[in-house]
Amino acid sequence: MSSVLDPKKPTTPAPSRGELSSLGDSIAQVGACALFLLAILAAVPKSLRYIKETIRQIWFTGAMSLVIIMTCGLFVGMVLGLQLYYVLSIFGGTAALGTVVSLSLYRELGPVVTALLFAGRAGTSITAEIGLMRATDQIAAMEMMAVDPMAYVAAPRFIAGVIAMPLLACVFNMLGIFGAHLVGVSWLGLDNGTFWSNMTSSVDVWKDVVNGVWKSCAFGAVVALIAVFQGYTTPPTSEGVAYATTRTVVFSSIVVLALDFVMTAFLM
Amino acid sequence: MNQRRSYQIGTGLFILLGFAALAYLATQTTSVANFQQGPSYTVKAGFTNIGQLKLRAPVKIAGVRIGSVKAIDLDQTKLQANVEISIDNRYNELPDDSAAAIFTSGLLGDQYVAIQPGGSPTMLKDGDEFVLTQSSIQLEDLIGKFLVSGGPSKPADSQSGDAKPDDKNGATPPPAAPAKPDTDTKH
Repeated sequence: MSSVLDPKKPTTPAPSRGELSSLGDSIAQVGACALFLLAILAAVPKSLRYIKETIRQIWFTGAMSLVIIMTCGLFVGMVLGLQLYYVLSIFGGTAALGTVVSLSLYRELGPVVTALLFAGRAGTSITAEIGLMRATDQIAAMEMMAVDPMAYVAAPRFIAGVIAMPLLACVFNMLGIFGAHLVGVSWLGLDNGTFWSNMTSSVDVWKDVVNGVWKSCAFGAVVALIAVFQGYTTPPTSEGVAYATTRTVVFSSIVVLALDFVMTAFLM
Repeated sequence: MNQRRSYQIGTGLFILLGFAALAYLATQTTSVANFQQGPSYTVKAGFTNIGQLKLRAPVKIAGVRIGSVKAIDLDQTKLQANVEISIDNRYNELPDDSAAAIFTSGLLGDQYVAIQPGGSPTMLKDGDEFVLTQSSIQLEDLIGKFLVSGGPSKPADSQSGDAKPDDKNGATPPPAAPAKPDTDTKH
Protein backbone atom coordinates (compact mmCIF):
# COMPACT_ATOMS: atom_id res chain seq x y z
CA MET A 1 0.00 0.00 0.00
CA SER A 2 1.35 3.31 -1.05
CA SER A 3 2.01 6.42 0.95
CA VAL A 4 -1.73 7.09 0.81
CA LEU A 5 -2.31 4.60 3.60
CA ASP A 6 0.68 5.61 5.65
CA PRO A 7 -0.63 7.82 8.40
CA LYS A 8 2.80 9.25 9.12
CA LYS A 9 3.17 10.68 5.68
CA PRO A 10 0.26 13.00 4.96
CA THR A 11 -0.19 13.16 1.24
CA THR A 12 -0.21 16.56 -0.31
CA PRO A 13 -1.83 17.03 -3.69
CA ALA A 14 0.77 17.07 -6.40
CA PRO A 15 1.04 20.47 -8.03
CA SER A 16 -0.85 20.25 -11.27
CA ARG A 17 1.39 20.03 -14.30
CA GLY A 18 -1.01 20.39 -17.16
CA GLU A 19 -3.88 18.24 -18.29
CA LEU A 20 -2.06 15.00 -18.91
CA SER A 21 -0.62 14.71 -15.43
CA SER A 22 -3.97 15.66 -13.87
CA LEU A 23 -5.48 12.74 -15.79
CA GLY A 24 -2.71 10.60 -14.35
CA ASP A 25 -3.52 11.99 -10.92
CA SER A 26 -7.17 11.03 -11.21
CA ILE A 27 -6.24 7.51 -12.31
CA ALA A 28 -3.87 7.31 -9.36
CA GLN A 29 -6.71 8.49 -7.09
CA VAL A 30 -9.00 5.74 -8.38
CA GLY A 31 -6.26 3.19 -7.85
CA ALA A 32 -5.51 4.46 -4.36
CA CYS A 33 -9.21 4.34 -3.55
CA ALA A 34 -9.43 0.72 -4.70
CA LEU A 35 -6.39 -0.19 -2.59
CA PHE A 36 -7.98 1.66 0.30
CA LEU A 37 -11.13 -0.47 -0.11
CA LEU A 38 -8.98 -3.61 0.13
CA ALA A 39 -7.26 -2.23 3.23
CA ILE A 40 -10.65 -1.51 4.84
CA LEU A 41 -11.94 -4.99 4.01
CA ALA A 42 -8.76 -6.45 5.47
CA ALA A 43 -9.30 -4.39 8.63
CA VAL A 44 -12.95 -5.45 9.03
CA PRO A 45 -12.22 -8.58 11.13
CA LYS A 46 -9.94 -6.53 13.37
CA SER A 47 -12.56 -3.81 13.76
CA LEU A 48 -14.99 -6.30 15.35
CA ARG A 49 -13.03 -5.57 18.51
CA TYR A 50 -14.36 -2.02 18.29
CA ILE A 51 -17.99 -3.03 17.82
CA LYS A 52 -19.13 -0.17 20.05
CA GLU A 53 -17.48 2.30 17.71
CA THR A 54 -19.39 0.72 14.80
CA ILE A 55 -22.64 1.06 16.74
CA ARG A 56 -21.82 4.70 17.45
CA GLN A 57 -21.23 5.26 13.73
CA ILE A 58 -24.52 3.59 12.78
CA TRP A 59 -26.21 5.90 15.25
CA PHE A 60 -24.41 8.92 13.85
CA THR A 61 -24.75 8.18 10.12
CA GLY A 62 -28.06 6.33 10.23
CA ALA A 63 -30.24 7.33 13.11
CA MET A 64 -29.23 10.99 12.95
CA SER A 65 -30.06 11.06 9.21
CA LEU A 66 -33.58 9.80 9.81
CA VAL A 67 -35.22 13.22 10.00
CA ILE A 68 -33.89 14.46 6.66
CA ILE A 69 -34.55 11.08 5.01
CA MET A 70 -38.13 10.94 6.27
CA THR A 71 -38.91 14.54 5.31
CA CYS A 72 -37.44 14.13 1.85
CA GLY A 73 -39.16 10.76 1.36
CA LEU A 74 -42.51 12.24 2.21
CA PHE A 75 -42.09 15.15 -0.17
CA VAL A 76 -40.68 13.02 -2.99
CA GLY A 77 -43.67 10.70 -2.64
CA MET A 78 -46.10 13.63 -2.62
CA VAL A 79 -44.53 15.16 -5.71
CA LEU A 80 -44.54 11.80 -7.48
CA GLY A 81 -48.19 11.34 -6.59
CA LEU A 82 -49.11 14.78 -7.89
CA GLN A 83 -47.08 14.61 -11.10
CA LEU A 84 -47.99 11.05 -12.01
CA TYR A 85 -51.65 11.65 -11.23
CA TYR A 86 -51.62 14.51 -13.70
CA VAL A 87 -49.80 12.50 -16.39
CA LEU A 88 -51.82 9.31 -15.85
CA SER A 89 -55.11 11.21 -15.92
CA ILE A 90 -54.32 12.18 -19.53
CA PHE A 91 -54.41 8.47 -20.41
CA GLY A 92 -57.23 7.65 -18.03
CA GLY A 93 -54.89 5.45 -16.02
CA THR A 94 -54.92 7.06 -12.59
CA ALA A 95 -55.70 3.64 -11.10
CA ALA A 96 -52.06 2.74 -11.77
CA LEU A 97 -50.79 5.58 -9.53
CA GLY A 98 -49.87 3.27 -6.62
CA THR A 99 -48.06 0.88 -8.94
CA VAL A 100 -46.06 3.55 -10.72
CA VAL A 101 -45.11 5.38 -7.53
CA SER A 102 -44.05 2.24 -5.68
CA LEU A 103 -42.09 0.80 -8.59
CA SER A 104 -40.22 4.02 -9.28
CA LEU A 105 -39.47 4.43 -5.57
CA TYR A 106 -38.33 0.85 -4.94
CA ARG A 107 -36.32 0.45 -8.10
CA GLU A 108 -34.71 3.87 -8.56
CA LEU A 109 -35.64 6.87 -6.51
CA GLY A 110 -35.44 5.31 -3.06
CA PRO A 111 -31.86 4.02 -3.28
CA VAL A 112 -30.52 6.89 -5.40
CA VAL A 113 -32.05 9.86 -3.58
CA THR A 114 -31.24 8.30 -0.21
CA ALA A 115 -27.63 7.80 -1.33
CA LEU A 116 -27.35 11.42 -2.47
CA LEU A 117 -28.82 12.66 0.82
CA PHE A 118 -26.60 10.24 2.71
CA ALA A 119 -23.55 11.64 0.93
CA GLY A 120 -24.60 15.15 1.84
CA ARG A 121 -25.61 14.43 5.42
CA ALA A 122 -23.28 11.66 6.59
CA GLY A 123 -20.50 11.51 3.99
CA THR A 124 -19.43 15.10 4.49
CA SER A 125 -19.27 14.80 8.24
CA ILE A 126 -17.25 11.58 7.99
CA THR A 127 -14.76 13.31 5.68
CA ALA A 128 -14.54 16.41 7.85
CA GLU A 129 -14.15 14.37 11.02
CA ILE A 130 -11.41 12.12 9.68
CA GLY A 131 -9.77 15.06 7.90
CA LEU A 132 -9.55 16.97 11.17
CA MET A 133 -8.30 13.87 12.97
CA ARG A 134 -5.56 13.76 10.40
CA ALA A 135 -4.86 17.49 10.61
CA THR A 136 -4.60 17.35 14.39
CA ASP A 137 -2.40 14.24 14.26
CA GLN A 138 -4.92 12.09 16.13
CA ILE A 139 -4.43 9.30 13.62
CA ALA A 140 -0.69 9.36 14.17
CA ALA A 141 -1.34 9.29 17.93
CA MET A 142 -3.52 6.22 17.52
CA GLU A 143 -0.71 4.46 15.69
CA MET A 144 1.58 5.26 18.57
CA MET A 145 -0.87 3.73 21.01
CA ALA A 146 -0.88 0.58 18.86
CA VAL A 147 -4.43 1.21 17.75
CA ASP A 148 -4.83 0.49 14.05
CA PRO A 149 -6.62 3.54 12.62
CA MET A 150 -7.90 1.44 9.70
CA ALA A 151 -9.67 -0.83 12.16
CA TYR A 152 -10.74 1.87 14.60
CA VAL A 153 -11.56 4.82 12.31
CA ALA A 154 -12.06 3.64 8.71
CA ALA A 155 -13.68 0.21 8.97
CA PRO A 156 -16.45 1.08 11.50
CA ARG A 157 -17.59 4.00 9.32
CA PHE A 158 -17.56 1.82 6.24
CA ILE A 159 -19.57 -0.94 7.93
CA ALA A 160 -21.98 1.63 9.33
CA GLY A 161 -22.57 3.01 5.82
CA VAL A 162 -23.29 -0.43 4.39
CA ILE A 163 -25.72 -1.22 7.21
CA ALA A 164 -27.41 2.17 7.54
CA MET A 165 -28.03 2.95 3.86
CA PRO A 166 -30.50 0.11 3.04
CA LEU A 167 -32.42 0.79 6.26
CA LEU A 168 -32.62 4.49 5.43
CA ALA A 169 -33.72 3.65 1.87
CA CYS A 170 -36.51 1.44 3.22
CA VAL A 171 -37.71 4.22 5.51
CA PHE A 172 -37.51 6.62 2.56
CA ASN A 173 -39.60 4.28 0.38
CA MET A 174 -42.19 3.79 3.08
CA LEU A 175 -42.59 7.53 3.64
CA GLY A 176 -42.70 8.02 -0.13
CA ILE A 177 -45.61 5.59 -0.43
CA PHE A 178 -47.38 7.36 2.42
CA GLY A 179 -46.81 10.71 0.69
CA ALA A 180 -48.21 9.44 -2.60
CA HIS A 181 -51.16 7.93 -0.75
CA LEU A 182 -51.75 11.23 1.01
CA VAL A 183 -51.85 13.14 -2.27
CA GLY A 184 -53.53 10.53 -4.45
CA VAL A 185 -56.16 9.17 -2.08
CA SER A 186 -56.77 11.78 0.59
CA TRP A 187 -56.39 14.83 -1.60
CA LEU A 188 -57.14 13.93 -5.23
CA GLY A 189 -59.83 11.40 -4.33
CA LEU A 190 -58.39 8.23 -5.84
CA ASP A 191 -60.00 5.03 -4.53
CA ASN A 192 -58.08 3.61 -1.57
CA GLY A 193 -58.63 -0.02 -2.57
CA THR A 194 -57.55 0.60 -6.16
CA PHE A 195 -54.39 2.31 -4.99
CA TRP A 196 -53.28 -0.61 -2.81
CA SER A 197 -54.58 -3.55 -4.83
CA ASN A 198 -52.99 -2.37 -8.06
CA MET A 199 -49.75 -1.89 -6.14
CA THR A 200 -49.84 -5.30 -4.52
CA SER A 201 -50.67 -7.04 -7.76
CA SER A 202 -47.76 -5.66 -9.73
CA VAL A 203 -44.91 -5.18 -7.25
CA ASP A 204 -42.69 -8.20 -6.75
CA VAL A 205 -40.75 -8.78 -3.53
CA TRP A 206 -37.57 -10.12 -5.06
CA LYS A 207 -37.47 -8.25 -8.34
CA ASP A 208 -38.39 -4.84 -6.94
CA VAL A 209 -38.00 -4.55 -3.16
CA VAL A 210 -34.93 -6.74 -2.66
CA ASN A 211 -33.16 -5.43 -5.75
CA GLY A 212 -33.60 -1.95 -4.32
CA VAL A 213 -32.06 -3.12 -1.05
CA TRP A 214 -29.02 -4.55 -2.90
CA LYS A 215 -28.64 -1.28 -4.73
CA SER A 216 -28.73 0.75 -1.55
CA CYS A 217 -26.19 -1.57 0.12
CA ALA A 218 -23.83 -0.93 -2.79
CA PHE A 219 -24.48 2.82 -2.67
CA GLY A 220 -23.87 2.87 1.08
CA ALA A 221 -20.54 1.11 0.55
CA VAL A 222 -19.54 3.53 -2.22
CA VAL A 223 -20.49 6.69 -0.33
CA ALA A 224 -18.83 5.52 2.89
CA LEU A 225 -15.70 4.43 1.02
CA ILE A 226 -15.34 7.74 -0.78
CA ALA A 227 -16.04 9.73 2.40
CA VAL A 228 -13.49 7.81 4.47
CA PHE A 229 -10.92 7.83 1.69
CA GLN A 230 -11.23 11.57 1.11
CA GLY A 231 -10.94 12.25 4.82
CA TYR A 232 -8.03 9.89 5.25
CA THR A 233 -5.98 11.31 2.38
CA THR A 234 -6.80 14.96 2.87
CA PRO A 235 -3.94 17.46 3.12
CA PRO A 236 -3.81 18.40 6.80
CA THR A 237 -4.85 22.00 6.32
CA SER A 238 -8.18 23.70 6.80
CA GLU A 239 -8.32 24.33 3.06
CA GLY A 240 -7.54 20.67 2.39
CA VAL A 241 -10.40 19.53 4.62
CA ALA A 242 -12.75 21.93 2.84
CA TYR A 243 -11.78 20.57 -0.57
CA ALA A 244 -11.98 16.98 0.63
CA THR A 245 -15.54 17.55 1.90
CA THR A 246 -16.58 19.01 -1.45
CA ARG A 247 -14.93 16.18 -3.34
CA THR A 248 -16.79 13.64 -1.20
CA VAL A 249 -20.16 15.02 -2.29
CA VAL A 250 -19.17 15.47 -5.94
CA PHE A 251 -17.46 12.11 -6.36
CA SER A 252 -20.00 10.07 -4.46
CA SER A 253 -22.90 11.65 -6.39
CA ILE A 254 -21.24 10.85 -9.72
CA VAL A 255 -20.25 7.33 -8.72
CA VAL A 256 -23.69 6.59 -7.24
CA LEU A 257 -25.47 7.66 -10.42
CA ALA A 258 -23.05 5.80 -12.68
CA LEU A 259 -23.17 2.67 -10.51
CA ASP A 260 -26.95 2.94 -10.51
CA PHE A 261 -26.99 2.62 -14.28
CA VAL A 262 -24.66 -0.37 -14.22
CA MET A 263 -26.58 -2.12 -11.44
CA THR A 264 -29.93 -1.46 -13.11
CA ALA A 265 -28.61 -3.00 -16.32
CA PHE A 266 -27.46 -6.10 -14.44
CA LEU A 267 -30.35 -6.49 -11.99
CA MET A 268 -33.13 -6.02 -14.56
CA MET B 1 -21.78 5.88 30.31
CA ASN B 2 -25.29 7.28 30.27
CA GLN B 3 -24.68 8.95 26.94
CA ARG B 4 -23.26 5.72 25.53
CA ARG B 5 -26.41 3.87 26.55
CA SER B 6 -28.60 6.49 24.93
CA TYR B 7 -26.95 6.21 21.54
CA GLN B 8 -26.97 2.44 21.74
CA ILE B 9 -30.71 2.56 22.35
CA GLY B 10 -31.02 5.05 19.50
CA THR B 11 -29.11 2.75 17.17
CA GLY B 12 -31.25 -0.20 18.19
CA LEU B 13 -34.43 1.77 17.53
CA PHE B 14 -33.09 2.93 14.17
CA ILE B 15 -32.27 -0.62 13.08
CA LEU B 16 -35.66 -1.83 14.27
CA LEU B 17 -37.39 0.97 12.37
CA GLY B 18 -35.39 0.17 9.24
CA PHE B 19 -36.26 -3.51 9.34
CA ALA B 20 -39.88 -2.70 10.16
CA ALA B 21 -39.98 -0.49 7.07
CA LEU B 22 -38.45 -3.28 4.98
CA ALA B 23 -40.95 -5.78 6.34
CA TYR B 24 -43.78 -3.37 5.64
CA LEU B 25 -42.64 -2.81 2.05
CA ALA B 26 -42.10 -6.51 1.45
CA THR B 27 -45.38 -7.76 2.86
CA GLN B 28 -47.93 -4.96 2.50
CA THR B 29 -47.11 -3.43 -0.86
CA THR B 30 -46.14 -6.46 -2.92
CA SER B 31 -47.80 -9.55 -4.28
CA VAL B 32 -47.07 -11.23 -0.94
CA ALA B 33 -50.02 -9.27 0.46
CA ASN B 34 -52.32 -11.20 -1.88
CA PHE B 35 -51.26 -14.56 -0.48
CA GLN B 36 -52.33 -13.91 3.04
CA GLN B 37 -56.07 -14.05 2.92
CA GLY B 38 -58.65 -15.16 5.39
CA PRO B 39 -60.84 -18.22 5.15
CA SER B 40 -62.29 -18.63 1.69
CA TYR B 41 -64.45 -20.98 -0.34
CA THR B 42 -63.79 -22.26 -3.84
CA VAL B 43 -66.09 -22.18 -6.83
CA LYS B 44 -65.42 -23.33 -10.37
CA ALA B 45 -66.05 -21.74 -13.73
CA GLY B 46 -65.50 -23.12 -17.22
CA PHE B 47 -64.41 -20.76 -19.96
CA THR B 48 -63.86 -21.48 -23.65
CA ASN B 49 -61.00 -19.02 -23.65
CA ILE B 50 -59.32 -17.39 -20.69
CA GLY B 51 -57.03 -15.13 -22.69
CA GLN B 52 -54.18 -13.85 -20.52
CA LEU B 53 -55.80 -14.65 -17.18
CA LYS B 54 -53.12 -15.50 -14.63
CA LEU B 55 -53.03 -17.24 -11.28
CA ARG B 56 -53.91 -14.91 -8.38
CA ALA B 57 -55.69 -12.55 -10.77
CA PRO B 58 -58.35 -10.61 -8.86
CA VAL B 59 -62.00 -11.63 -8.79
CA LYS B 60 -64.33 -8.67 -8.55
CA ILE B 61 -67.95 -7.80 -8.13
CA ALA B 62 -68.89 -4.27 -9.09
CA GLY B 63 -65.18 -3.50 -9.17
CA VAL B 64 -64.61 -4.60 -5.56
CA ARG B 65 -62.06 -7.36 -5.09
CA ILE B 66 -63.64 -10.36 -3.37
CA GLY B 67 -61.16 -13.12 -4.12
CA SER B 68 -58.57 -14.44 -6.53
CA VAL B 69 -57.97 -17.09 -9.17
CA LYS B 70 -56.67 -20.19 -7.39
CA ALA B 71 -56.02 -22.63 -10.21
CA ILE B 72 -56.29 -22.83 -13.98
CA ASP B 73 -56.58 -26.18 -15.66
CA LEU B 74 -57.69 -27.68 -18.96
CA ASP B 75 -60.79 -29.87 -19.00
CA GLN B 76 -59.72 -32.76 -21.27
CA THR B 77 -63.21 -33.84 -22.27
CA LYS B 78 -64.78 -30.48 -23.03
CA LEU B 79 -61.46 -28.91 -24.05
CA GLN B 80 -62.19 -25.77 -22.12
CA ALA B 81 -60.41 -23.97 -19.33
CA ASN B 82 -61.42 -24.81 -15.78
CA VAL B 83 -60.78 -21.91 -13.46
CA GLU B 84 -60.95 -22.35 -9.71
CA ILE B 85 -61.86 -19.18 -7.90
CA SER B 86 -61.41 -18.69 -4.19
CA ILE B 87 -63.76 -16.15 -2.70
CA ASP B 88 -63.39 -14.63 0.73
CA ASN B 89 -65.79 -16.09 3.28
CA ARG B 90 -67.10 -12.63 4.04
CA TYR B 91 -68.76 -12.60 0.63
CA ASN B 92 -70.96 -15.68 0.91
CA GLU B 93 -74.18 -14.15 -0.37
CA LEU B 94 -73.69 -14.59 -4.10
CA PRO B 95 -76.74 -15.91 -5.96
CA ASP B 96 -75.98 -19.24 -7.64
CA ASP B 97 -77.12 -18.02 -11.05
CA SER B 98 -74.44 -15.32 -11.10
CA ALA B 99 -72.33 -15.12 -14.24
CA ALA B 100 -68.54 -15.05 -14.42
CA ALA B 101 -66.79 -13.10 -17.14
CA ILE B 102 -63.16 -12.35 -17.92
CA PHE B 103 -62.53 -8.68 -18.43
CA THR B 104 -59.48 -6.54 -18.96
CA SER B 105 -58.80 -3.66 -16.62
CA GLY B 106 -58.26 -0.72 -18.90
CA LEU B 107 -57.40 -1.21 -22.54
CA LEU B 108 -54.09 -2.98 -21.98
CA GLY B 109 -54.27 -3.86 -18.29
CA ASP B 110 -54.29 -7.22 -16.55
CA GLN B 111 -57.25 -9.52 -16.87
CA TYR B 112 -59.58 -10.32 -14.02
CA VAL B 113 -62.72 -12.32 -13.35
CA ALA B 114 -65.81 -10.19 -12.97
CA ILE B 115 -68.90 -11.70 -11.40
CA GLN B 116 -72.26 -10.34 -12.43
CA PRO B 117 -74.75 -11.16 -9.69
CA GLY B 118 -77.92 -13.03 -10.60
CA GLY B 119 -81.28 -13.05 -8.83
CA SER B 120 -81.58 -16.56 -7.46
CA PRO B 121 -82.60 -16.95 -3.81
CA THR B 122 -80.07 -19.77 -3.29
CA MET B 123 -76.47 -18.82 -2.76
CA LEU B 124 -73.20 -20.18 -4.17
CA LYS B 125 -71.35 -22.48 -1.83
CA ASP B 126 -68.04 -24.30 -1.77
CA GLY B 127 -67.51 -26.49 -4.83
CA ASP B 128 -70.30 -24.99 -6.94
CA GLU B 129 -69.82 -24.12 -10.56
CA PHE B 130 -70.85 -21.02 -12.46
CA VAL B 131 -73.47 -21.89 -15.05
CA LEU B 132 -73.07 -18.76 -17.09
CA THR B 133 -69.61 -17.72 -18.15
CA GLN B 134 -68.28 -15.31 -20.67
CA SER B 135 -64.85 -15.83 -22.15
CA SER B 136 -62.21 -13.20 -22.41
CA ILE B 137 -62.58 -10.93 -25.41
CA GLN B 138 -59.64 -11.40 -27.70
CA LEU B 139 -58.60 -8.07 -29.09
CA GLU B 140 -57.11 -9.77 -32.16
CA ASP B 141 -60.39 -11.57 -32.94
CA LEU B 142 -62.27 -8.37 -32.49
CA ILE B 143 -60.00 -6.47 -34.85
CA GLY B 144 -60.14 -9.34 -37.33
CA LYS B 145 -63.93 -9.38 -37.31
CA PHE B 146 -64.02 -5.66 -37.58
CA LEU B 147 -61.75 -5.55 -40.60
CA VAL B 148 -63.50 -8.29 -42.57
CA SER B 149 -67.00 -7.32 -41.48
CA GLY B 150 -67.47 -5.37 -44.72
CA GLY B 151 -66.98 -8.50 -46.90
CA PRO B 152 -69.44 -11.24 -45.88
CA SER B 153 -72.25 -8.91 -44.83
CA LYS B 154 -72.33 -7.30 -48.24
CA PRO B 155 -74.92 -8.58 -50.74
CA ALA B 156 -73.38 -9.56 -54.10
CA ASP B 157 -74.98 -6.73 -56.10
CA SER B 158 -73.59 -3.54 -57.57
CA GLN B 159 -71.96 -2.74 -54.19
CA SER B 160 -69.49 -5.60 -54.58
CA GLY B 161 -67.85 -3.73 -57.40
CA ASP B 162 -67.31 -0.78 -55.13
CA ALA B 163 -65.98 -2.93 -52.35
CA LYS B 164 -63.06 -4.29 -54.38
CA PRO B 165 -60.92 -1.16 -54.42
CA ASP B 166 -61.61 -0.72 -50.74
CA ASP B 167 -60.21 -4.15 -50.01
CA LYS B 168 -57.12 -3.50 -52.04
CA ASN B 169 -56.47 -0.33 -50.12
CA GLY B 170 -55.92 -2.40 -47.02
CA ALA B 171 -55.88 0.78 -44.99
CA THR B 172 -59.63 1.11 -44.82
CA PRO B 173 -60.34 3.25 -41.79
CA PRO B 174 -62.32 1.08 -39.34
CA PRO B 175 -65.12 3.62 -38.79
CA ALA B 176 -65.96 3.27 -42.49
CA ALA B 177 -66.73 -0.43 -42.13
CA PRO B 178 -69.91 -0.19 -40.05
CA ALA B 179 -71.13 2.59 -42.34
CA LYS B 180 -71.16 0.25 -45.36
CA PRO B 181 -74.00 -2.08 -44.27
CA ASP B 182 -76.12 1.01 -43.64
CA THR B 183 -75.80 2.11 -47.23
CA ASP B 184 -76.58 -1.45 -48.33
CA THR B 185 -79.87 -1.56 -46.52
CA LYS B 186 -80.96 1.66 -48.13
CA HIS B 187 -80.65 0.12 -51.59
